[in-house]
Amino acid sequence: MNGIDFSVAGAGLTALGSGALWWAEQRLLVVSDLHLGKTERILRRGGPSLPPYETRDTLIRLENDLNATNAATVICLGDSFDDAEAARTLPEADRLWINRLQAGRRWVWIEGNHDPGPIDLAGTHLVELPLSPLTFRHIAESGKSGEISGHYHPKVRVQTRLRSITRPAFLIDSDRVIMPAYGTYTGGLRSSEDVLNTLMRPEATAILTGQTPRMMPMPR
Amino acid sequence: MTPPSLPTEIEGWFSTRGWDIHPHQRDMLARSTDPCTLLIAPTGGGKTMAGFLPTLAELSDGTHDGLHTLYVSPLKALAADIKRNLRTPVDEMGLPIRIEDRTGDTSQTVKKRQRADPPHILLTTPESLALLTSYEDAPRIFRGLKRVIVDEIHALADSKRGDQLFLALARLQTLCPDLRRVGLSATVDRPADVASLLARHPDPCAIVTADPGPAPDIAMLQTDETPPWSGGGAAYAIPAVLEHVKQHKTTLIFHNTRAQAEIFFHNLWLANDESLPIGIHHGSLDRQQRERVEAAMVRGDLRAIVCTGSLDLGIDWGDVDLVIQVGAPKNVKRLVQRIGRANHRYNAPSKALLVPANRWEVVECVNALQAVREGDLDGDPRPRGPQDVLCQHILLAAAAAPFSADDLFAEMTSAGAYADLTRAEFDACLEFCATGGYAFRTYDRWQRLQKRGDLWHLRDPRAAARIRMNAGTIQDSDKLKVRLKRNRGGKPLGEVEESFAATLSQGDTFLIGGQIVRYEGLREMTVEVSRNAAKKPRVAVFSGTKFATSTQLSQRTLRFLQHPSWPELPDHTADWLRLQRDVSRLPEPNRLLVETFPRDGRENMVVYGFAGRNAQQTLGLLLTKRMEDRDLAPMGFVATDYATLIWGLDEIANPEALFDLNALRDGLDGWLAGNALMKRTFRGAATIAGLIERNTPGQRKSGRQATFSSDILYDTLLKYDPEHLLMQVTRTEALSGLVDFARIEDMLARIEGRIDHVRAPHVTPLAAPLFLEVGKVPVQSGSAEERLLAEETDALMRDSGLQNVKG
Repeated sequence: MNGIDFSVAGAGLTALGSGALWWAEQRLLVVSDLHLGKTERILRRGGPSLPPYETRDTLIRLENDLNATNAATVICLGDSFDDAEAARTLPEADRLWINRLQAGRRWVWIEGNHDPGPIDLAGTHLVELPLSPLTFRHIAESGKSGEISGHYHPKVRVQTRLRSITRPAFLIDSDRVIMPAYGTYTGGLRSSEDVLNTLMRPEATAILTGQTPRMMPMPR
Repeated sequence: MTPPSLPTEIEGWFSTRGWDIHPHQRDMLARSTDPCTLLIAPTGGGKTMAGFLPTLAELSDGTHDGLHTLYVSPLKALAADIKRNLRTPVDEMGLPIRIEDRTGDTSQTVKKRQRADPPHILLTTPESLALLTSYEDAPRIFRGLKRVIVDEIHALADSKRGDQLFLALARLQTLCPDLRRVGLSATVDRPADVASLLARHPDPCAIVTADPGPAPDIAMLQTDETPPWSGGGAAYAIPAVLEHVKQHKTTLIFHNTRAQAEIFFHNLWLANDESLPIGIHHGSLDRQQRERVEAAMVRGDLRAIVCTGSLDLGIDWGDVDLVIQVGAPKNVKRLVQRIGRANHRYNAPSKALLVPANRWEVVECVNALQAVREGDLDGDPRPRGPQDVLCQHILLAAAAAPFSADDLFAEMTSAGAYADLTRAEFDACLEFCATGGYAFRTYDRWQRLQKRGDLWHLRDPRAAARIRMNAGTIQDSDKLKVRLKRNRGGKPLGEVEESFAATLSQGDTFLIGGQIVRYEGLREMTVEVSRNAAKKPRVAVFSGTKFATSTQLSQRTLRFLQHPSWPELPDHTADWLRLQRDVSRLPEPNRLLVETFPRDGRENMVVYGFAGRNAQQTLGLLLTKRMEDRDLAPMGFVATDYATLIWGLDEIANPEALFDLNALRDGLDGWLAGNALMKRTFRGAATIAGLIERNTPGQRKSGRQATFSSDILYDTLLKYDPEHLLMQVTRTEALSGLVDFARIEDMLARIEGRIDHVRAPHVTPLAAPLFLEVGKVPVQSGSAEERLLAEETDALMRDSGLQNVKG
């Protein structure tokens, strides 16, 4: 598979180029910050009507990853929906599509700050999920070990000899992984921001998403 | 047509000064009841007074209540300047007239007061006017309005700012049916076109032409040094330029780009042994700095100002007696307007000097000079009014009040720029504003505009504020402020483009406002710098606009190359052309010269298309793509206004086969769709049409975020909805703008397959300077980005030792 292997707290993980995280031993796929229904929320709040294709695009990519991994468990690591109303008003076709993806596998919705509280979709709804030796939660907590989180969805800028390239990225150290956003319209926070600097150990690395994922020292 | 007699206060004011009212000023008075008049007059011809005299006459009896005349100018500074210059005579005439300006710099308190109690004369900009029309109380604000004066209309006519303004005028005409329109313009190539933009369609518009005054005294700068083969710095001319500055009272030194202005200013200072007071002025400098230079100039304290187009327009900066244009003027019309900046005394000739920056520009300058002498101005037919501006106007109309689609359509087609708008095009824009206009319909309950009965309403009235916050058609390409690094916010110096800032690392030096500064870091979207005493800065590449040489000037130059000899040229340049004719051949009109030759182990092909920089650049992209498809291993290209040089591994034995118009067009549709130029064009259109908000209630989005999301939106539309309105707008615009495919089509149509292929044993004289050009574009195969990333990240992992730590 198109990914980079590493381990956190003894668990062998693979960062995929798509921005998903694969735990082979558990056949478990993690995606974070899908922000489905973002265009609907912006519109509802009096903003412009952005091209309403982000849910479709995100689900196509998720479907590809599920086909490639044949995951037994899927964890959506919070902010799966841009808000509760966006989840409620998800078009019927997208709802059925998610049902189809869920068939035959365990599906866990972790709560995020955008989508606290249960949503009206099949699957387990949890604040966080401990699965030894790892814990899955939306927002990283300092001092924890074996933690997989999203929320900040980091991006990394690399100055190559011809131009600078910015990509969503995983941040990884021996205690934790902070995942990039999986949602099509979800941006990112520069890895050099203070909050990420404080959370990550000095020797942290970054894995850039893209056609072929690439590992590098985390740019500070 | 007898002019109405002027009130005695006004006649008296002129006669006590011993001034005659100019014939064109009388003419404008005589036509003061016409629905629309365009005045074409040189700078210094009393143009502004000609525009305002009827207003002063009508207001002299003090009976008018509320707004009478609206004055619109392209520059905030011009509005402020006119306020000063109008106030004095009005006070001296003792007329009871209130004059105020309203621009982006006006305080909220004053703006509010102006809405409640408008002055008699309001001086404003197209942007502020568009906003004013979007308020619910617009009918009350504009009640009583009689006249609108559009100053420097030539500067607005060719841009989206103009389209916005003409739509706003249509709006005003609906509010005030007997509104009369006046346009004031510098010399233009097609006065009738400008007149039809100004007038309510299909009203006639008389054109009044003032005596243009004596012909300008214009020449090419003579220097002892010969100009270099390439580059735009013109450093060789510094001693000669300084000599002219010494001999004149005040000299304006125009440059085509801000970076060139900065470098020239820097070099000028290094050579300025007598410490002549010389300033710099361009659009990227901090406002305070610019104002200081402007004030010094008005006082007559400066002997020279190095500047860009920011000083193009008719602000009265004092006694300029020489204009120097550094770099080929690219466009004869703009050159004439710049020359007009010298000498505000009406009957003395303006004096100007052209300074070619390199050998090729000598040829171009000679041709531009001839064009000026013959009055052969260039101009392209104006494109149709763009739909993104229309969308913004629909939203602004909705912010003002519910509207009927039929009425709004009728109103918009009364604007000259939109006279041929079809109902289907209008409906597509309305649909975009209401629902987004996507092929995939969804969320209709949240649509922005909703139809209730016959009228369209904003669904959420609070959206009005958001729409107003994002009005305007000027695209600041994302700029970052530059400040001196201090404990508590140092002195602001100006702005640089974000793309330039992204290339800086700590310790790099660059020029801004004529001083060398050292990059210290980026803090909260501000570039922090310290002063630096370095002798040689890293070049400031913040771009400013790079104009392409106009079609007319290019064609004139091509014809010039056919002369048997060139006595107009200095020997060094004439010899160069003769050598080219002997070794290869000279490019000809209606034919296309293509040279191929080996050099440094690479094969080269030069295409002399004379299509202007943008089109030659696009030609480079398209031809290298064609070559790649045919396994001809192109490695890169560089483009100038007249030629594209492509290099690669293989000899091109049969270049004719590359120039198939249909194949090139296919490349444009398929491959160029993903190009950065298209994305940039899309960002502009999407921002104007209201799809991307620069400002949201609460906080200003940083440029970076806007950049990120517009590219994603473009990619998404390309993938799922390629025929969306904004994609159509983007394609139309890119074809004549940044991509300029229209000129490639013109060129191919002109040559009709007449391609002259010269296989030379080595580089030819005309091709040689191309090898020195900056801005070489490496050709990137699809995997280039992946390869670059792999190379860099592997090196980082290895060098940091992390390779052994991971896992």
